[in-house]
Amino acid sequence: METFVQLVVNGFGKGAVFALLALGFVVIFKATEVVNFAHGSLVLFGGYLVVATRETLGWAGAAVLGVVSAGVLALLVERLLLSRSRLADPFSLALLTIGVDVIITEEIVRRLGVSLPFIGDAWDAQPVQVGGVTLFRTHLVAMVVATVLITAFFIAFRYSNWGVAMRAQAENKEAAALVGIRSSRVTATAWLVAGLLAGVAVLFIATQDFSGAGLSRGTHSIALAAFPAAILGGLDSTAGAIVGGLTVGLVDALSTHYVSFAFAKSAVFLVMLVVLVVRPSGLFGTRESTRV
Amino acid sequence: MLTVRNLHVRYGRSVAALHGIDLDVPDDGVLAVLGSNGAGKSTLLRTISGTLRLHRGTVSGGEVRYGERRIDRLDPAAIVGLGVVGVPEGRQIFARMSVDENLRAGGIGARSAEDRARARERVHELFPVLAERARQRAGLLSGGEQQMLAIGRALMAGPKLLLLDEPSLGLAPKIVERIAGIIREIHQQGTAVVLVEQNAVMALQVADQAVVLETGTVALAGSAAELSASEEVQRLYLGGHAESDTAAEEEAALARRQRVGARGLSRWTG
Repeated sequence: METFVQLVVNGFGKGAVFALLALGFVVIFKATEVVNFAHGSLVLFGGYLVVATRETLGWAGAAVLGVVSAGVLALLVERLLLSRSRLADPFSLALLTIGVDVIITEEIVRRLGVSLPFIGDAWDAQPVQVGGVTLFRTHLVAMVVATVLITAFFIAFRYSNWGVAMRAQAENKEAAALVGIRSSRVTATAWLVAGLLAGVAVLFIATQDFSGAGLSRGTHSIALAAFPAAILGGLDSTAGAIVGGLTVGLVDALSTHYVSFAFAKSAVFLVMLVVLVVRPSGLFGTRESTRV
Repeated sequence: MLTVRNLHVRYGRSVAALHGIDLDVPDDGVLAVLGSNGAGKSTLLRTISGTLRLHRGTVSGGEVRYGERRIDRLDPAAIVGLGVVGVPEGRQIFARMSVDENLRAGGIGARSAEDRARARERVHELFPVLAERARQRAGLLSGGEQQMLAIGRALMAGPKLLLLDEPSLGLAPKIVERIAGIIREIHQQGTAVVLVEQNAVMALQVADQAVVLETGTVALAGSAAELSASEEVQRLYLGGHAESDTAAEEEAALARRQRVGARGLSRWTG
């Protein structure tokens, strides 16, 4: 029983992080219909800046800088590359993001060399005893942070002008343009938000608690689990991203324990396939997921 | 004053949609743009509202001015900022958002919060049903109500010139009457209107000036009264053509009487 509680908390902790990534992914898709395959590299970039500036700025300053940099990088990718080819097919834009992903990832991996730095200094490897159960602090903090950020996002998405503009554009680009919604602004903020969320997520992923591995190519492949999370929730559903993220986290934690670490990776994708067979547009999605 | 001079528009490299359009809409005018499918009516509106690029169209010659400003190179948001706002064909409301959120989206282009509040009041006065159903999902409104919402959404930006693309499309004759009344009222409140219509009867009732487009050129132009009386418009749009509801009905009745066999309507308007 204690193990099970521990597993569920682990699952939700990981799930909260996947939810942050999947949410960013979905926000970009909703605003631009582009599937952003560069999401993993945004994660790595944010993490790398923490590593690079931690000595001089201290961990907290470096963490803030890392989050902001991931946001700015996402914004630059959108402004410099995607916005210039706005009329291109979403499919070719998705391929463009793969190119961006490879370039950024390989450069960071090269710079990291053989070091695999952990970057969750404030919470990593400081287990907490609750009753008879030992819990990872990283997972608890991740849940709290994700809850706060996701709540803030949904309030803004539902009630602010930004949210209204964003949803209007997601639903009908031409009608949104006709009433004076600036599509470039909506798109740019979507990328910025997604980048910031990716920058936060990496502070939990590159830890001993979460993955047992520091910042490396492995971080990138863990971040890739945000794809099945977003897809099984429904690529165009923000609520689906949260449910998808938590599902992926739980499946990962449970299958790692009850089956094997190696199986956990494929288990996540198996769940995604099962969901897609039953509901082709994801749990909460409204469009055909064949759009990818 | 909207002025269109020698306007040429093409889609892609080869498909020319407009060749050499000239027209004027004074600040207190209502211009009806008539023509059959593919004549270039929607292309004309897209050019004025700046959404042509979303359809991969380009202005290959001529210009569009609003007042002194040349607007054919501006983006849609800037054009809305100048007071030129469009209601797209087929209404295209934000179906998954509430009625109120649709209006809010329309108000994002407004200059100030006061303008927005005033615009909302005006919209609720013109369309009380939109106030009653503020929280309802827009997709659940009837066709006529959706058209009202689409017009209301455009009014939220405080337009000086309103571009309407086939507001009667798919609506019952009674509702078309109401929409016509509303367009007149909007005009009386000081907003100029460009009304693109296949329903020539309705359009010529509302407009003071009218043009007929044919394959991308202005075939006829004049006052609405002149055009209503012209033989060509009578033949093409008011009598023997199945494009407008009433004309289609008359034609169908005639066909039945004369037993010349069943002729299908050229367009399904249900």
